[in-house]
Amino acid sequence: MTTLLALPYWQETGIKLGLALVVIPTTSLILVYLFLFKMMAFMQSRLGPNDTGPYGTLQLIAEAIKFLQKEDIHPAQADRRVFRMAPVVVLASTFLLYVVLPAGPDAVVEDLDTGVFYAMAVSSLSVLGILMAGWASANKYALLGGLRAAGQLIAYELPLILAVMGVVIQAETLNLQGIVEAQATGEIFGFGGIGNPFILTQFLAFLIFMIAAQAELTQTPFDMPVAETELVGGFHVEYTGFRFLLFFMAEFGTAFAFSALASVMFLGGWWIPGFDVDDNILNVLGPGVMLAKILLVAFFIFWVRFTYPRLREDQLQKFAWKVLIPLALANIVLTGIFKVVF
Amino acid sequence: MTATSDREQMAYVSSQAADARVNVELDTGDMTLNIGPQHPATHGTLRLACRLDGEQVVVAEPIMGYMHRGYEKLCEVRTYPQCTTLINRIDWLGSFANEVPFILAAERLMEVEAPPRAQWIRTILFELSRVANLALFLGDMGVQIGALTPVFFAFRDRERVLNQIEEVTGGRFHPNFDRIGGLKDDIPKGWVEETRSVMVKMRTFCDEMEDLLVGNEIFQARCRGVGVIPPEVALGYGLSGANLRASGVDWDLRRDANPGLAWDQVDWRVWTHPDGDSFARYWVRLQETREATHIVDQLLDGIPSGPIMAKVPRIIKVPAGEAYLSTENPLGEMGYYIVSKGDLGPFRVKIRTPSFNNISIVPWVMKGVYVPDVITILGSLYFILGDIDR
Amino acid sequence: MPQLPGLIKGLGVTAKTAGRTLFPKRGWKTLIPAPQIGAVTVQYPHEKEAPPERARGVIALHEENCTACMLCSRSCPDWCIYIEGHKVKAPPRREGGKPRTVNMLDRFDIDYALCMYCGICVDVCPFDALFWTPEYEYSEPRIADLLHDKDRLGEWMETVPDFLDYEAGSEQKVRKVPR
Repeated sequence: MTTLLALPYWQETGIKLGLALVVIPTTSLILVYLFLFKMMAFMQSRLGPNDTGPYGTLQLIAEAIKFLQKEDIHPAQADRRVFRMAPVVVLASTFLLYVVLPAGPDAVVEDLDTGVFYAMAVSSLSVLGILMAGWASANKYALLGGLRAAGQLIAYELPLILAVMGVVIQAETLNLQGIVEAQATGEIFGFGGIGNPFILTQFLAFLIFMIAAQAELTQTPFDMPVAETELVGGFHVEYTGFRFLLFFMAEFGTAFAFSALASVMFLGGWWIPGFDVDDNILNVLGPGVMLAKILLVAFFIFWVRFTYPRLREDQLQKFAWKVLIPLALANIVLTGIFKVVF
Repeated sequence: MTATSDREQMAYVSSQAADARVNVELDTGDMTLNIGPQHPATHGTLRLACRLDGEQVVVAEPIMGYMHRGYEKLCEVRTYPQCTTLINRIDWLGSFANEVPFILAAERLMEVEAPPRAQWIRTILFELSRVANLALFLGDMGVQIGALTPVFFAFRDRERVLNQIEEVTGGRFHPNFDRIGGLKDDIPKGWVEETRSVMVKMRTFCDEMEDLLVGNEIFQARCRGVGVIPPEVALGYGLSGANLRASGVDWDLRRDANPGLAWDQVDWRVWTHPDGDSFARYWVRLQETREATHIVDQLLDGIPSGPIMAKVPRIIKVPAGEAYLSTENPLGEMGYYIVSKGDLGPFRVKIRTPSFNNISIVPWVMKGVYVPDVITILGSLYFILGDIDR
Repeated sequence: MPQLPGLIKGLGVTAKTAGRTLFPKRGWKTLIPAPQIGAVTVQYPHEKEAPPERARGVIALHEENCTACMLCSRSCPDWCIYIEGHKVKAPPRREGGKPRTVNMLDRFDIDYALCMYCGICVDVCPFDALFWTPEYEYSEPRIADLLHDKDRLGEWMETVPDFLDYEAGSEQKVRKVPR
């Protein structure tokens, strides 16, 4: 691959860090505005926020300012240090996820050889933060929510990884850039015009990945850890102000990151048909393509979220262990057979 | 069968409670979770003291009275027309339906009969308030289970019904439209046509709910087989309304004990469901909402002409006597027992509200269920706090 | 036709509602998003809802008709109407007749912080002095300001709508609002 700019290591790192700090809050802002505010409102015959800024675009910034003004409250019985750390741990897992997400041939913070592995490992860090929050709040609802989150995220980590395995086998690499390349250079029955987005060959894996991601993100059919009507907010019931904002940002930042993972692994990533894989222009166009694909995936995540009721904890576990994991295993076996045969 | 099984049930519940107490002393990990008084699922201030073993409920006990407003006592120091103002606020979602049994009981004491036109309009408004009330349930049940959208649909479409009620009575929530001997006013011009179109919209709302929730596999997984109430237990606890009909008991006061309203003039049926679980309760209410829109449609066609007020004195004094009258309200049987000593106001009013009895089954039905099921059952029993505590 | 799974049907319902909200127009104009029209909500401070004519918003007082008879005050379920009056000698109606005594209204206050909006006072008034109007914008930062005196109540009089005609088959007579 060619290098766009040759910079000393520290300058490059500085630029990347600054970009990450800007990009990650922006991504959750985009998702919240587009889907949580506007799409949900339209699905419910409302307008959503429309007074703050043009079409209500500044609403979330107003909300963030509101959260920042609020008092930082600790429950009297709370384990203070853990209570304070929990949102940071959750947000850290989100930040670490962004490290490997590619948006162009060179537009990636760190091109790790084991990118997929790293992403899966880092994304499950957030469960630690949620458990910490649930435990340290000294609140029964929070504790129940934290325990539910732990059980659920562990159950869904497995199908998530197993679903990704199919892609990895087909692409023969754990590197996310490599997966994009494999899709770009792939051919469907000898026709290579649009490459070979793995959603075509790995549709089952894509479905399992999306369902598991939904659970991983605690979005609605699987939102028992939050469960407003049962646990009144679950693990973050005691959080106010800035710390709640961190949880909120992490939720949507992770949703964005998972949509990005899905679009990299299944939808062809930043590659545009007709360009060379290491064309420099893709560093500029790639992020746009990625954004469009991410929004498409996120649309489905949130569409499901606004439509479905939530499952019960035991039903969710049954679904994970009895349906998703066998299916994912079958998918791996099938992929392996096809890989050997063809 | 009923009595003994109930006694066994209570013995079981209290033994479980004792067990739970012992467990706490030994610190084996039972946990008391207070659901409410401030909890979104109790829509109001009901408190459920639950003993949990993990996520399983050992004992759940409803504690009510956080919203007691003393309406029975307040009615004693008010005249009959003033009482309806208070009675409006018992079941605040179906206010008009609350007034009717009270007024009918007072009319029975006075031996006055409202003219047929008034009875028809009463029935129409009664059914409209049933639609408004149950429509909110249909959406609210979705929110209890975690679906965000149905409740917004419910509020959107209930608004149309409330507008129709407001156009006649002047009040969206508290119509205060019934008078002893008839109604306050007649219906305005053009109202019949508007109501008909609103009823069409309510039927599409019911279809939407059917697609969004009833047909949804997740909803079914959450509701089927959860909180099963067998018919004999339901009767034993004095459940009424859709909760009873969902247990397979064919019992509807509109048909069985019509106090003179126009229900016997139209063609409709009582829906029952044999299962007795949360899904059955939802399904029965959905069908009832549809049926109510059909009843309204038929009633709108045949409103008789005539006066809307019978001859009653300007200052109402109800002769001494006692009367009990109940009707099939959106939530179940609502009855008023009026004792009159011949004064301007009642000497004593006993209000039999459906939610109070419906919620009393909670300790029986919530044994060994999971915490999410507590919410499902509470949602499907459908109570209104003002109706429990009045 | 095979039955669609409920999960997909549910997605269809929300998508359809979103479409109807976002693109409410018909014909080729469907492509122009106009959620302002499609949404059922009313953007309150910018647009206002028009309540029906019979809506019980606020009570207007037609002072000339009031005789301070206290009927409304007595029939109020929470006694939030305060009336004071005195008697004056008025000139006789006919030439050479006896001078009459009439009640003059000194004070007519309604405490809207207490009022339950039941409408009994308007009903019992035998002299057509009290009327409902659908106005609703009279909230106050101070609770004491919700006590409307007779001038304030009189100002509402111009917002009183005419009484509605009745549906066919009615034997009620349409009343007139004194202007």
